[in-house]
Amino acid sequence: MRRLRLVLLLLFATLAAPSFAVQPDEVMKDPALEARARALSAGLRCMVCQNQSIDDSDAPLARDIRILIRQRIAEGESNEAVRAYLVSRYGDFILLKPPFRPETWLLWLSAPLTLCAGLAAVLIARRRAPSATPALSAQEEAQLAALTRDERS
Amino acid sequence: MIVELGHFALVLALCAALAQTIIPSWGARLGDPDLMAVGRSAALTQFALVAIAFAALVNAHLTSDFSVLNVAENSHSAVPTIYKISGVWGNHEGSMLLWVLILAIFGALVALFGRSLTRTLRANALAVQGLISFAFLLFILLTSNPFERLSPAPFEGRDLNPILQDPGLAIHPPMLYLGYVGFSIVYSFAAAALIEGRIDAAWARFVRPFALVAWSLLTLGIAAGSFWAYYTLGWGGFWFWDPVENASLMPWLAGTAFVHSVAVMEKRDALKVWTIFLAIVAFSFSLLGTFLVRSGVLTSVHAFANDPRRGVFILAILALFIMGSFALFAWRAPMLRQGGLFAPISREGALVLNNLLLTTCCATVLFGTVYPLALEQLTGEKITVGAPFFNMTCGVLLLTACFVTPIGFSLAWKRGDLLGVAQRLTVALAAGAIVAIAGAAWLRGQSILAAIAAGIAIFAIVGALTEILTRAWRPGLPLGVALKRAAGLPLSFWGAALAHLGVGLTLLGLAGVGFGAEAIATLHKAVPQAVGPYEITLDSVGERVGPNYKEAVAPMTIRSGGTVVAAIEPARRQFLARQMTTTEAGMATLDFGQVYVSIGDPAPDGAVPARLYWKPLVTLIWLGGAAMALGGALSLADRRLRFGVAVRARAGAVAAGAG
Repeated sequence: MRRLRLVLLLLFATLAAPSFAVQPDEVMKDPALEARARALSAGLRCMVCQNQSIDDSDAPLARDIRILIRQRIAEGESNEAVRAYLVSRYGDFILLKPPFRPETWLLWLSAPLTLCAGLAAVLIARRRAPSATPALSAQEEAQLAALTRDERS
Repeated sequence: MIVELGHFALVLALCAALAQTIIPSWGARLGDPDLMAVGRSAALTQFALVAIAFAALVNAHLTSDFSVLNVAENSHSAVPTIYKISGVWGNHEGSMLLWVLILAIFGALVALFGRSLTRTLRANALAVQGLISFAFLLFILLTSNPFERLSPAPFEGRDLNPILQDPGLAIHPPMLYLGYVGFSIVYSFAAAALIEGRIDAAWARFVRPFALVAWSLLTLGIAAGSFWAYYTLGWGGFWFWDPVENASLMPWLAGTAFVHSVAVMEKRDALKVWTIFLAIVAFSFSLLGTFLVRSGVLTSVHAFANDPRRGVFILAILALFIMGSFALFAWRAPMLRQGGLFAPISREGALVLNNLLLTTCCATVLFGTVYPLALEQLTGEKITVGAPFFNMTCGVLLLTACFVTPIGFSLAWKRGDLLGVAQRLTVALAAGAIVAIAGAAWLRGQSILAAIAAGIAIFAIVGALTEILTRAWRPGLPLGVALKRAAGLPLSFWGAALAHLGVGLTLLGLAGVGFGAEAIATLHKAVPQAVGPYEITLDSVGERVGPNYKEAVAPMTIRSGGTVVAAIEPARRQFLARQMTTTEAGMATLDFGQVYVSIGDPAPDGAVPARLYWKPLVTLIWLGGAAMALGGALSLADRRLRFGVAVRARAGAVAAGAG
C-alpha cells in the first residue's frame, strides 16, 4: 500500500507539474470572501502531498478542494461549516492544526507539561544542593588566622 | 577498478573502526598507555580509508561511470560538473558515506589535537567515536552500498532530481551533516566522562570548540536549507515544519542549549550533570533525525529513497546509542560532583531558564513530529500536525527565550542585579515597545503576533548593542579609549554579542512576514500589477535553452512610483531527462526585503498567470542565521579555547627555565 502511495505520489508530482498553486482563475470576485477562502485553505492539508497546505500545493486534488471551498463560501456557508464538511469527508487528517481531543491531549499538553517537569526538576535540584557555602567554624577561623599570619611573616 | 578499491577501503575502515573501539577502551581499563595510543592511529587510519572510499565515489560520479548503480540512478552525462559532485550526496547511499566521512574527520581531529586531555579520557572518547563509525559503516556495507555495480551498464544516467540541481544543494547537506555529526564528538566525550566518572572545566574547555563548530555549521546548514526551499519551491515559504526540517531543528535547539550550558560549566564549574545530559540529547536527536530522514518512515518534500530494511537497521543503531548512553547516564551521573553555586537571579540562572525553554521547545517539536506516526501505529487514526500547531507552541516558547536573551546577557555571573539590568536595558525596552505598538497600529491589529515578534526582535537587537556599549564605554570616556576598550574585549564576548544580535535579526525577518503583501493575477504585457509598494510589469515572454533543460522566461520590470528599481526573470524550467518542471522564481532584493514572483505556464496569447509577493525584511532571516554562525566562529577563535594552548605554554615555560 505504502509503495503504491509512493508511486501515485511520484506520478502526481510529474503529471501535476505544469499546473500551479492558487491560479488566477480560481480567485473570487469579492476580496473579503477570497480572504476567507485563503485563510481556510492555509489550514488544510493537501493529502497527496507531504506537509503542504492546499493553498501552497499545485496538486490537482488541492486545486479541486480550493475550488470546492470557494463554491461553498459563495453559497454562503460559514468557515466552520466548510471545515466540518471537509472533515466529515476526509477525516481529521485534512486539518493542519489537530483538534483538541482525548487522543491529542498529550500532544497539545506536551509543551506545558515539559516546561512544568523542567521547572520541578530545577527546584528539586536547588533544594538538594547546599544553599550557600557553610560559615566557617571557630576552629576553621583559628586555622585561617594562623595560616594568614604565617604568610605575612 | 577504482570503484572496487573504494569498496575495499570501506571494508578496511570497518575493521579500523572496530580496532578503534576495542583496543583503546581495553587499554583504558588496564591502564596500558600503548594500547590506549592505538586509538589515535586507528582513528587516523579509519579517516584515511573512508576518505579514499569517498574519493572513489566522487571520481565515479565525475567520470559518469554508469556501470555503478548509484551513478546511473543519480547522475547524467549532461549535468554540470558542480552537480555531478553534489549528486554524490544527493542520494541515500552517497549521503550516508558523507555522514561517515564527517564522523571520521571529527575522530581524526580528536586524535590530532587531543594532547591536552588525560590519556584515558581521550582513549575512551575515541573508542565511543569508533563504535559510532563501526555501526554506520556496517549499515552502509550491509544495506546501502554506494559501490554496487550494474550490468549491463546503461548508456545514459537517470539524472539527478532537478529540484536538487541547485547551488543550495551543493552546500546545504554537507554543512548540515557537519553540524549533525559534529555533536557526535560531544556525545563521545560525554560518554567517556561518564565511564571515567569524572568531569571538570578542562573537559568543557576541550569540548566547547567542537560544540561551537558543530553548532555554527548546523546553523548555517539550516539557514542555507531554508533559503534553498525559499527560492526553489516557488511559493516563497522558508520553513514548513516538515519532519525533515524538524529533524535538523531538534539537534540545533539541543545544541544551542548545550553551547550555553557548557559555557557555564567552563566558567563556573556548575551544571555538570545537565551539560552531560544535553550532550547526549543533542547527538541522540542527530541520530533520530538520521532515522527519520533515512528510514523512509516519512516521505516528504525532500525527495529521498526509502527501504524498510534500512529503517530497522538505523532504528537498532538509534536504540543502541540512545539507550546505552542514557543507561550509562542513569548509573554514573549521580556520582559526578556538583560545584559552582549561584543565586536564581544571575547569568547562570538566566541560562538555566534559556535551557529550559529551548529543551521544552525541542520536546514539543519531537512530540509534534513523532505523534502522528505513533498514533497511526497505535490506533490506526491519521492526524496531521502542521505549521499552525508548531507556530503556536514553539512560537510562544522561542519568543520568550528571545525576550530573556538580552536580560540574561547583561546579568552578572553568580549573583545579578535585576534592577541595574532593567536600567541598562531601558532604551532597548522602550525601542521594542514602540516598534510593537507601531507595528500593531500599522497592521490594524490583524497579526498581533507579528507586531509582538517585531518588538521583541528590536529589544534583542538593541539589547545586544547596549551590552557592547556598556562594556566598552561609560559617560565621559573619550571615543578613542572606548574603541580601544571595545577591541580589548574577549572574542568570546564579541561572538556571543554577535550571535544574540543574529537572533534578533532572524526574528525581525520572521516578523516581517506579517507585514508583507501578495497578489495572484494573470499578467498581460505592459499592464502594471501592484504588490505592496511596487508595481510590476511583464515585458515579454520568451524561450531559453540550458545545458539539460529548456525554460519559458517572463522578464519583468519592478517600479516604485514610476522609477525602475529592479528587473527580474521568473521562469518555468523543464528538465528533459526526467520530464519534470520546476518553477524558477524571479527575485529582487530591495532594502533587506524581496519582491518574489513565480509564474505558471504562459498562455498561447502571451498572458502569464503569476503569484507576486512583497516580503519586507525577509533576507534578515538568513542574514541573522549567518550572524549567529559567525558569532559561534568568533567565540571559537577566542584565545583561551585554542587547542593545546596550555601545553605549548607549559613547554615554553620549561624551555625558559632551562635557559
